[in-house]
Amino acid sequence: MPADPAANPATTDPALTDKAAADAALRDVPHEPGAPKPDPVLVVDDVVRQFGGLTAVDVQHFEVQRNTITALIGPNGAGKTTFFNLLTGFDRPSSGQWTYNGQELAGVAPHRVALNGMVRTFQLTKALSRLTVIENMRLGATEQTGERFLQALVPLLWRKQEQAVTERADALLDRFKLTRVRDDFAGSLSGGQRKLLEVARALMVEPDLVMLDEPMAGVNPALKQSLLGHVRSLRDEGMSVLFVEHDMDMVRDISDWIVVMAEGQIIAEGPPDAVMGNARVIDAYLGAHHDAPLTEEEEEQILAEARGDEASFERSASEEERR
Amino acid sequence: MDWSLILQNAVGAIVAGEVVTYALAAIGLNIHFGYTGLLNFGQAGFVALGAYAVGMGIVTYGLPLWLALLVGFAAVTVLALLLGVPTLRLRADYLAIVTIAAAEIIRLVFRAASLEEWTGGADGIQGYIREFRALNPFPRGDYGAGWFTYAEDDLFILILGWGLVAVCLLITFLLMRSPWGRVLKSIREDEDAVRSLGKNVFVYKMQSLVLGGMIGCLAGFMFAFDFAVAQPNIYSTELTFFLYTIMILGGAARVFGPVVGSMIFWGILSLTDNFLNQGVREGLIPNWIMNSTQVGQVRFMLVGLALMLLMIFRPQGIFGDKRELQLDAR
Repeated sequence: MPADPAANPATTDPALTDKAAADAALRDVPHEPGAPKPDPVLVVDDVVRQFGGLTAVDVQHFEVQRNTITALIGPNGAGKTTFFNLLTGFDRPSSGQWTYNGQELAGVAPHRVALNGMVRTFQLTKALSRLTVIENMRLGATEQTGERFLQALVPLLWRKQEQAVTERADALLDRFKLTRVRDDFAGSLSGGQRKLLEVARALMVEPDLVMLDEPMAGVNPALKQSLLGHVRSLRDEGMSVLFVEHDMDMVRDISDWIVVMAEGQIIAEGPPDAVMGNARVIDAYLGAHHDAPLTEEEEEQILAEARGDEASFERSASEEERR
Repeated sequence: MDWSLILQNAVGAIVAGEVVTYALAAIGLNIHFGYTGLLNFGQAGFVALGAYAVGMGIVTYGLPLWLALLVGFAAVTVLALLLGVPTLRLRADYLAIVTIAAAEIIRLVFRAASLEEWTGGADGIQGYIREFRALNPFPRGDYGAGWFTYAEDDLFILILGWGLVAVCLLITFLLMRSPWGRVLKSIREDEDAVRSLGKNVFVYKMQSLVLGGMIGCLAGFMFAFDFAVAQPNIYSTELTFFLYTIMILGGAARVFGPVVGSMIFWGILSLTDNFLNQGVREGLIPNWIMNSTQVGQVRFMLVGLALMLLMIFRPQGIFGDKRELQLDAR
């Protein structure tokens, strides 16, 4: 567990210099939605996703700086996970395009996106329950000869590669402190351990950009600290991280840059301190008139609107089902 | 009551031709459902194509046996692609609906009166068995000893059938401990996770569907050789459900599960059939409980009872791992 760099500025911990490098790269970026970055790994243009009448995502321009930790925050229903699904090919946008490392990714199948080096995890952890932890890890390795049908029949052709994959998997398990459960079924792990396994498994793909969807949800505080350290170390090893999170302590603690979404749009961007004090962000989270007391009529009006919203959301969700 | 006859028949039943054919078809289904999680309710259709490729190939079109077998494999591959291309991208239940419908369409086409000239209609097609028996290397005569005495044709079918079962089990064993098998099992657990790790899930599902269908086709060949007739009503949905019963009895996603399941299935059928028949004949079971024509139905009830008992006391099947089931309950 590396010490918090801010708490101990005298240290020569490499994490500090990487944090400093990330901060330096982002220093001259304006604090406004859609701000261009000096060296973007991901560039998104005009991505729109509609579910029936509801526009879940409408992002005009968005860039992720290479080798930084970027947080994507926003109130519930802001479209963060939908945006994630679109970028990784798990859902198709109504319109829009985006490039990753200069490569056009719109319309590319999810497994191709992953092979390109953009690997995601899921909000509801997807551990492969009836496979052992080590088998979960081995699955993550790419370009395995033994995953081809005919070659699979001849162990001689893939045994050596399998050994190399296993060594790499064991090293990662060791780093994520999962060696003790190596041969247990993944389904027998605790929620936090599953999150760790999912991140470790994603690293088996050797990604360039890691996208974590709520990595802290359901993780106990002790494990949270170690997970924070792991996310930081991803940046320090040269990867870029984009993550969705509700845990504000985590966001403030490890993000180099924060992007705020509300109602499908990006409403603010900037380093943690600037964003946390931004009036639009506070409005989005707490409502525009959060400091004035509500009258009884206003309360009823808000409740009625909420009911209407729910109904229209359900309607569009059922339209989506039918589609 | 002649206990030694009951026992002899039961022991004979667990190595007989039916056990082999059902085991083969269930090995294919085990690759679909047990390992990949594909809900194929149309395995009977794949088996039917195999049997009719032999029957129609030789009798209707005068093909040599080897070519008829190749046609069978080709037909099954085409069927798997036809079923898979539209449905494998969708949720699992769509495949179930499409496969059950396709298998029924195949059966109804084969038994259609208007196609009788080519398919033999409801009576089925026969007259090809000489081609097969000509390949029999065993000279005329009885082989074996005591309970296990077989005429040369039966011996040929048994040796060929068990040989095929052994080969299919070996292939399953090799594949399922390879990285390829690992991808299949992972797809069964959660296909989105597999996608997110850079595997083309659709291709793997298709490979699984074709491979399991091919093994089902082998079962169809054995059906045709064993019965000496390819008859449509054998390949009804009932066959598919028997195959599921067999697979679950033995333990899904276990290499030997389908074989042991098939032995248990036919063993119980033989035991209960002989026992009940003798009981009725000797008046031990009074007529108001059942008569000899009802024995046939009652024995399937008893198989159902055995399946229920198994699910209660050993839900993972004979070979299953109980730890795996407990994971689902979490």
